Amino acid sequence: MANKALEIHEATKTFGGGGNHSILAYVRGRSKAQKKAVVALDNVSLTVERGEIFGILGPNGSGKSTLVRLVSTLMIPDRGEIRVFGHDVQREEAAVKRMINRVSVDAAFFKKLSPMENLIYAARLYGLNARQAREQIVQILTRLGIEERSIGEPLEEMSRGMQQKVAIARAFLSAPILLLLDEPTTGLDPRSKQDVQAFVREIQAKHDTTVLLTTHDMKEADELCDRIAVIDKGRIVAMDTPEGLKARISHNGHAVTLEDVFMALTGKQLAEE
Amino acid sequence: MTLMTIANTGRNIWRETQASYAFVERNFNLMKRYWGWEAVWLAYSIASALSITYIGAGMEQISGASVDTNYLVLYLLIGTLLWRYLSIVFDAISEMIAWERWEGTVEYTFMAPVSRVTHMIGQTIFSLVWGLFFTGVIFLVVALFFDLNLEEANLLGGAAVLIASSVSFVGFGIMAAVLPLLFPERGAQMTNVVQAILLLISGVYYPITVLPRWMQVIARGSPATYALEAMRAAMLTNAAWAELLPDLALLMAMGLVTIPAGAWIFSRAERYAKRTGRLKRTG
Repeated sequence: MANKALEIHEATKTFGGGGNHSILAYVRGRSKAQKKAVVALDNVSLTVERGEIFGILGPNGSGKSTLVRLVSTLMIPDRGEIRVFGHDVQREEAAVKRMINRVSVDAAFFKKLSPMENLIYAARLYGLNARQAREQIVQILTRLGIEERSIGEPLEEMSRGMQQKVAIARAFLSAPILLLLDEPTTGLDPRSKQDVQAFVREIQAKHDTTVLLTTHDMKEADELCDRIAVIDKGRIVAMDTPEGLKARISHNGHAVTLEDVFMALTGKQLAEE
Repeated sequence: MTLMTIANTGRNIWRETQASYAFVERNFNLMKRYWGWEAVWLAYSIASALSITYIGAGMEQISGASVDTNYLVLYLLIGTLLWRYLSIVFDAISEMIAWERWEGTVEYTFMAPVSRVTHMIGQTIFSLVWGLFFTGVIFLVVALFFDLNLEEANLLGGAAVLIASSVSFVGFGIMAAVLPLLFPERGAQMTNVVQAILLLISGVYYPITVLPRWMQVIARGSPATYALEAMRAAMLTNAAWAELLPDLALLMAMGLVTIPAGAWIFSRAERYAKRTGRLKRTG
């Protein structure tokens, strides 16, 4: 298997403005439509090594989620190339889908269904044996602190933190070799946040999973990530290890944080949830 | 073909079959959780079927003329039951994206390693099983209220029409499913408009010959028109297989054209949605 888990080369994505494919561009006229164009990603290139936890750090609207959607085959770039373990996400979509899974900021579930029903549905989609999956689901969910009696209850009765843990369990169930975590801890209480972070570390250590983590939580990025790319207005403005990034900033006697790094690189403060 | 290739093909078919079943099982689980809605919808459908059928029972009194009440009751009952069944099939398929948007799971399903055809097959199996069960219950309840005389019916012919009409409606449902994919906010309503037009022009409660000529022309493009004509011929006049065959062939042909065409249109629409970022919008 290739040692490069993820290769992104000059990925560009623009929304609105018609481009070459919007029906609206023809109806409204190109000039009016083009005024509304938003560049979500602008020539983004990066490489994630196998087994790495790679962080994408940026404020809301910086292009983090668009990047994750491009990798997870949910969007098609206007330009550029994306490869997952050597497989092109557009030309070899089916192969890529079998290697990845994604946890998004909002736990996307059938909320009337129970965690077990949702996860069995996921297991069947990923070609897992349902009987074996049932045992595995109980094991993973209880490991994440979800009581066994809650596993059969509708998800809508669970807190957001619990739902997010079920989302992590669902992603882990398919044993992805590239796990895409799109702000997985946003909005969680400190305890749930710690549980999720500990589980991510465990997955990465025990199962050789590569993790692409987007976050605007500086502490989380600092503690979890081997390397971090700072993204602003769709462009990568810096990429290094957390220590490497901090070393770029003069410290004037105080300990430099990633917040300082971000402010120095972009002139902005990151929005905390 | 080597043994390895055969084994791989077998594994792939098994995996896709299992994935298809995922949609069937998920939908039945959702039915269980939304049982209150389903019960209300069933009660409404029974009341609606009875109301329409009673028009036939009361026609002699309404018009003051002598009519074949049994024929009229059966005529309306066939229309209401077949339309209910076809509507369920059409809804379940055409709203497969709308449901996912409403629940917020559309991205998860589209990211899973299953082909869209597998997704559609699962949704179709569910719609056929659920449609037959739902319509069957309505028929059993309505039969308690009327002395239905089916001695003249070609029941096997009727069953064949049901199968052929299902095939033709699946293709139309797939084509309509494109609307919620392309128009997150209004797509689901658009599918209802399509359904309402089919109801108007297909002769569900009346022969299409009573419609204006231009509507009759459009009616000939609706599979429901042929399904209803054939079903009535089978159930009311005991039409022989030879008489049913042209409509059966046409319904199957419509399915054979519209299913692959619908799947192709859907794949293009999916690509367009991915280019323009429309999958992420919840509508």
